Amino acid sequence: MAEITKLVHKYLRHDKKFPHVWCPGCGNGIVLGAMIRAIDRLGYSKDEIVMVSGIGCSGRLPVYVDFNTLHTTHGRALTFATGIKLAKPELKVIVVMGDGDATAIGGNHFIHAARRNINLTAIIINNNIYGMTGGQYSPTTPYGMRATTAPYRHIEHAFNIAELAVTAGAVFVGRGTVYHARLLDKLIEKALLKRGFGVVEIITHCHTQYGRRNRMGDAVAMMNWQKEHAVRIERAGDLSEEELKDKFTIGVLADRDLPVYTEQYDLVRQQAREMLSR
Amino acid sequence: MAKKRKNKPRLLQGNEAIVEGALAAGCSFFAGYPITPASEISEILAYRLPQVGGTFIQMEDEIASLGAVIGASLAGAKSMTATSGPGFSLMQENLGFACVAEVPCVIVNVMRGGPSTGLPTNPSQGDVMQSRWGTHGDHPIIVLAPSSVHDSFEITIKAFNFSERYRTPVIVLSDEVVAHTRETVILPEPEEVEVLDRIKPSMPPEWYIPYEDTSRGVPPMGIFGDGYRYHVTGLIHDIRGFPTARADEIEPFMKRIHRKISQHFHDIQIVRHFFTEDAELLIIAYGSVARSARRAVLDAREMGVKAGLLQLVTLYPFPRRDVVDTLRDIDVVLVPEMNMGQISREVKRVNEGMSRVATLNRIDGGMITPQQIYEWLMKE
Repeated sequence: MAEITKLVHKYLRHDKKFPHVWCPGCGNGIVLGAMIRAIDRLGYSKDEIVMVSGIGCSGRLPVYVDFNTLHTTHGRALTFATGIKLAKPELKVIVVMGDGDATAIGGNHFIHAARRNINLTAIIINNNIYGMTGGQYSPTTPYGMRATTAPYRHIEHAFNIAELAVTAGAVFVGRGTVYHARLLDKLIEKALLKRGFGVVEIITHCHTQYGRRNRMGDAVAMMNWQKEHAVRIERAGDLSEEELKDKFTIGVLADRDLPVYTEQYDLVRQQAREMLSR
Repeated sequence: MAKKRKNKPRLLQGNEAIVEGALAAGCSFFAGYPITPASEISEILAYRLPQVGGTFIQMEDEIASLGAVIGASLAGAKSMTATSGPGFSLMQENLGFACVAEVPCVIVNVMRGGPSTGLPTNPSQGDVMQSRWGTHGDHPIIVLAPSSVHDSFEITIKAFNFSERYRTPVIVLSDEVVAHTRETVILPEPEEVEVLDRIKPSMPPEWYIPYEDTSRGVPPMGIFGDGYRYHVTGLIHDIRGFPTARADEIEPFMKRIHRKISQHFHDIQIVRHFFTEDAELLIIAYGSVARSARRAVLDAREMGVKAGLLQLVTLYPFPRRDVVDTLRDIDVVLVPEMNMGQISREVKRVNEGMSRVATLNRIDGGMITPQQIYEWLMKE
């Protein structure tokens, strides 16, 4: 067994009834692998990690790993995570969501979690579609593409999740793809280390639903698409607007420091106690 | 606050008493969203919780509020939220989650006139059925209705105790009259209050099976971070917490979560008998209406009418036994309610046509007065 596989096995739940729910070729396993590698490298214990998810293919991710795991309602993962973190700030709370989960039904929770700056890590797996329910368009389905609920063509405009996170106030925002797996490890590691609300958007493929309807080929072809369309943020400055037109940037998009909620609330408690004893 | 005299009379409103009850029960986490007529609960807890090392947060909506409350409870905190009708509607989604994942939490719904935005500053009892059946799917639930300021204190403590003991959400169904009435109360000191905590696993983590049946039907609850790593989900799950679609795992699960409430019916059922012993005319009431009924019974007794009141504090599980027993020798029972008739249907259901069930419904935004009930008693 390769070292990297051994590492993943260290964190899998062997009492869980496998096989998993994902299609062959799905990128979700790469995301889970990257998360495990980042957690392992940072040396967190299994007991201090809480992995929270919403609903959708991404929602099934925590069930396979041996942490404290919570599979919540659709779009609400960040709200549950907020409660966990505030009640037990010493826990490391990681939230995994899909594009529909985080920016449609959970869009409001997402921007407020970013604004509040609670010490959470949000991993958003963006496959441009609702995969589990059968390929309906999501807030990140690009204009002009097809989905089961856009059989002619999609006439809405897509969210840029990472930019949305930056604007909403997230202190750390990274974007990667499942093709760029090593970058992904680093981005997740950085987000985990960041004090405050960190977001990693991960571009992945749903060849079963999105790719098939839009003639983008199989998983390998779609990963090649990621390779060809991703531009490292460090290099984006050297490219013309024309060259960047159908590209997206990957890397660290924002890294800044703002007061962290849990630490601020500790100060509020202190102030409240002082006022009480006066 | 620390220097106050023991058992000193205090002038409080119902919402304030709910806060006192919550703190006495050990509540250390509150998440909520502003809404009339429940906002005082948020405001006071925003002030009080940090003093005792607890946490208050105002979330972006009521969906998020209950989400945060459930999360905090999974991390070990006794948690509560408070809202009114429109917010309670939004909470139904995560309320179902708390039922199926068996997460203790307390939800206060200070009822105002509905439907929709309705009558924000007027009382109502229009959410009774919603509190029982608001979230989708078959689920057990406990609903308690306070009728006074002192009740608000006492019932909130009960709500926490039930939620912890039975690992279930408990709804405190207050109403605008109870919430905003101010009266003098003497509250017990913290050491005089019976506080129950959830049962945590005592076996080594590797032996812990998170949703295994017990004689009480309530499995011990592992707390995130305590070493008992397990999976919590809103999907129907097997005894290890993993999603299942197997009929032989679904049915035992569904039956257990219902049984854990029905099996402890005697503990959960709270009713108050007021002159029911020799009553010829009976009133069944709850919430602020029970208070009006009490006055009406006294006034009617003074006029020689043998009236009595059965006050329901526990609305769900519906106190069938007490209602049936009390109605045994009663020909006519009045169920006055600030709605079009919700508990009256339950009374009819359990009474199975043995007594005539009369209704007195007020839906104009006003409270049911003692006079209204008195007039009915004198007419009958």
